[in-house]
Amino acid sequence: MKAASLGKQKAIELYTNMVKARVFDERAMELFTAGNIPGFIHVGIGQEAIAVGVCAHLRKTDRIANTHRGHSQLVAKGSDLKRAMAELFGKEAGFCRGRAGSMHLADKDTGVIGASGIVGASLPIAAGFALAAKYRGLDDVTVCFFGEGASNEGTFHESLNMASIWQLPIVYCCENNGWAQFTPQSMTTKVPDIAIRAASYGIPGVTVDGDDVLAVYEAAGKSVERARKGNGPTLLECKTHRWFGHYVGDPQKYRVIDDIEGVRKFDPIPRFEATLIGEKILTPEQAEKIKADVKAEIDEAVKFAEASPLPSADEVLKDVYYEGAA
Amino acid sequence: MKQVRCIRAITEALQEEMARDENVFIIGEDVGAGDGAFSATRGLLQQFGSKRVIDTPISESGIMGVALGAAAAGLRPVVEIMFMDFLAVCMDQVVNQIAKARYLFGAQYTIPLTIRTPGGAGGSAGAHHSQCLEAWFAHVPGLKVVMPSTVYDVKGLLKASIRDENPVLFIEHKGLYSMKGEIPEEEYIIPIGKADIKREGKDVTVVATSKMVIEAMSAAEKLAAEGISVEIVDPRTISPLDKATILASVKKTGHVVIAHEAVKTGGFGAEIAAVIAEEALDWLDAPIQRVGAPFAPLAFSKPLETAYLPNAASIMNAVKTVLS
Repeated sequence: MKAASLGKQKAIELYTNMVKARVFDERAMELFTAGNIPGFIHVGIGQEAIAVGVCAHLRKTDRIANTHRGHSQLVAKGSDLKRAMAELFGKEAGFCRGRAGSMHLADKDTGVIGASGIVGASLPIAAGFALAAKYRGLDDVTVCFFGEGASNEGTFHESLNMASIWQLPIVYCCENNGWAQFTPQSMTTKVPDIAIRAASYGIPGVTVDGDDVLAVYEAAGKSVERARKGNGPTLLECKTHRWFGHYVGDPQKYRVIDDIEGVRKFDPIPRFEATLIGEKILTPEQAEKIKADVKAEIDEAVKFAEASPLPSADEVLKDVYYEGAA
Repeated sequence: MKQVRCIRAITEALQEEMARDENVFIIGEDVGAGDGAFSATRGLLQQFGSKRVIDTPISESGIMGVALGAAAAGLRPVVEIMFMDFLAVCMDQVVNQIAKARYLFGAQYTIPLTIRTPGGAGGSAGAHHSQCLEAWFAHVPGLKVVMPSTVYDVKGLLKASIRDENPVLFIEHKGLYSMKGEIPEEEYIIPIGKADIKREGKDVTVVATSKMVIEAMSAAEKLAAEGISVEIVDPRTISPLDKATILASVKKTGHVVIAHEAVKTGGFGAEIAAVIAEEALDWLDAPIQRVGAPFAPLAFSKPLETAYLPNAASIMNAVKTVLS
């Protein structure tokens, strides 16, 4: 697929979003390591092409189920990065008012359902959002992101089966980075491709190079269209690489150094940048300008997060239950 | 007023709420053409169609997650979990996802979701179809836990649960499904979180839940013949708990028995006893007695099941102990 077939504006938007997701994660990692962000965080550096390529087909009323390694998914769905960064800091201005942090980010307004700290828990919840759209006669689509580790949870089987029998408008998008926490796919899964499992549910299963944003874009387009037309779910597997540990600070004793360093050659950003420059959609100078602008935007987000107030301790009991319309 | 069986009061509540609000739908195993395992959903598929009465695969976690997503998207799912024991299969969705979805995401979502499930033993249903696990759920902030004992309460509280903007676990007792009771012809709602004095008395307070209220009523009749006046408090909702009604009764009688069918150790009775100890200890004339099942799984065979289950006789014994 040629980048030009997306149109210049869309192609540059994809590139910009990938850079944004990269810089957001790099800054989050740096701030976490410096002790400015509490708890623990998971970064998806190197995996940006997937969410960006998929969400390029979605509208605001479409929804995505994000993951614990999901900052790129918020970027791709168009969430406000100031509020996203504030949530990482545990600040009141965050999407979840500091109740969630990185691992449970949710932005209802842009259709980011909310990530779970329990691997695989979002798969049936996403199906519920898709069921609600169908119930109401809307043609909104839900995309459920998950890792290949989650495909070994029972909820994967239950959810894909239900989505299939009810023809739900959903795309199950597996970000397969080859690692389920500290354990490689080869030790946990007998089939080479997660997409093979689609056959069990009588739905299409597609595997693409998840480091090639154009390949992701093309495959996701078909999956989203199929869902939107009421033809049911697709299992879309995007194979990628995990550059860092499971969590930031993970010493990765279980992983050989060649693997850790070797995966960087798959970097999706220079790859797409070369394509855009080759197709004369972008000049090297324009690419540098985009990177500088993104860096400034993320700097602003960090400043906003740092300056925002923490939640008040006397609100610990607020919103456990519904207390009337907000 | 009219006389109906408990199970039909449930069907009426479901039917009325579905007719009232098109966002209300039923989802669960065999709830459609099969009428539900205990026939609670009889006739609803025929009236409302398969869009609103959704038969599912045997996938409790999946059902619960789908219900959560649908509720967060603005619908009002009523889930049927065929036996309370099966909630153990989907604890993550109930405890980690449903209960926390509002708080965790900073109140972006409202989760109007009802889970109906029958608990309780009787009839040799065995270890996996008989348990009373309400204490697990009362321990989880974000859930409401309702467990009514009479036909009247079942209908009024189920309607309130479906209209509630929070996740509600509505625990029915399968041993009470065929019980008859009077309900008004016209619509009525019973607010969640209000206890009910099922019998007034002056000597001893029996705080009983679900089927143990019926057993306590029977015990109270017999004790009255012996000159003992028993007051029976039915919390009806254990989360939130109507502490005021319980404490007022305790302060009146000075003697307390707490009865539930669940295993006594770590049961919800321990929470009620602790509340009384914290807030009304000075009014007690004797130590609190708890009635509950022994610390063992429930066996299939009749003599074992009978020996296991608390009943009117065990409540009578406990009353005599606190008064002695």
